[in-house]
Amino acid sequence: MARRENPEINAGSMADIAFLLLIFFLVTTTMDVDSGISKKLSEKPPKDYVPPIIKEKNIFEVNINGNNELLVENEAMKLQDLKAAAIKFIDNGGGEGKVENGVSTGPCTYCKGDKSPDSSDHPNKAIISVQTNRTTKYETYVQVQNELLKAYTELRNRLSMERYGMSFSALEDAYSNDKGNDELKNKVEDIKIAYPQIISDAEPTSN
Amino acid sequence: MSKFGKKKKGMPGVNTAALPDIVFMLLFFFMVTTTMRETELKIQTPKLPSATEIKKLERKSLVSTIYVGKAKTAKEGKGDKIQLNDKIATAEDVPAFILNERIQVSDVEVPFMTVSIKADKESSVGTISDIKLKLRDVNALKLSLSTQKGNDIKK
Repeated sequence: MARRENPEINAGSMADIAFLLLIFFLVTTTMDVDSGISKKLSEKPPKDYVPPIIKEKNIFEVNINGNNELLVENEAMKLQDLKAAAIKFIDNGGGEGKVENGVSTGPCTYCKGDKSPDSSDHPNKAIISVQTNRTTKYETYVQVQNELLKAYTELRNRLSMERYGMSFSALEDAYSNDKGNDELKNKVEDIKIAYPQIISDAEPTSN
Repeated sequence: MSKFGKKKKGMPGVNTAALPDIVFMLLFFFMVTTTMRETELKIQTPKLPSATEIKKLERKSLVSTIYVGKAKTAKEGKGDKIQLNDKIATAEDVPAFILNERIQVSDVEVPFMTVSIKADKESSVGTISDIKLKLRDVNALKLSLSTQKGNDIKK
């Protein structure tokens, strides 16, 4: 007589199989999110474009040579001092701001710099120009960009703390979580206009 | 003494019947979160520079990646190599690559497209600059220099 009951399948090795698959996916998973320094390239200028004349004092020149050494405003500088120098330059506020749509922005009321007549007039006029050599290492270039961005972040955070009682990073986070909030949007825009990031990359020199 | 005599020798076995369930749960989690690398690298995997002021890239479908790094073998020559899709190219091929990427998304989303440059930290700025100039020619102005999240530089 045949056995009535079904023989049970041995499920003991099920866990082993599942573990095997699990380990495979564990190894192949890449969790990292792509992140990086965001830059906006300038548009291609038309052929007959004449660059506007910018006063020497409104340009902060950062020069990186082929040996990855920094020359800032014609003085050799270490990378760790760059942020402080950039802040000093941006936040100087020695004169009138730029005229936009016929409306003058006037002197910088929130700047805490030296108000030196030899440095930048206003954060919205202050241009940071990064000049590199073709053989400069990419790592150095990124570090310089990073330090300059840090300078802007610090100034923006400071102003945002004063005006709205929270840091700019927190403000941006709040805005990105609540895109429809016009009040937050205006605040973010306000700080961005107060300290616009003007970093220009000159074409690398070759030698 | 019979009460004490009943005491079993050794530990009672732990019930492992729920183990496969737990493992399966983990398995499904990893299966769902896994993203397979879609392009095979023809160059040495770039060692990204590190930075602190970084922004996350959103909308993966709108990101086109350009790899810059050294060639895998010595016979392919020295210097920085640029990889577009799955082949090694030159800066001259960048506009075609960008235009091809643009076809794949709807017109409305084209202004939000970002180019992510994953370059080795040993590569030279000249190569990156060549790419930038080509990107400017095709009006692909949103750029992200891919970096790792790093620490502040030591004083």
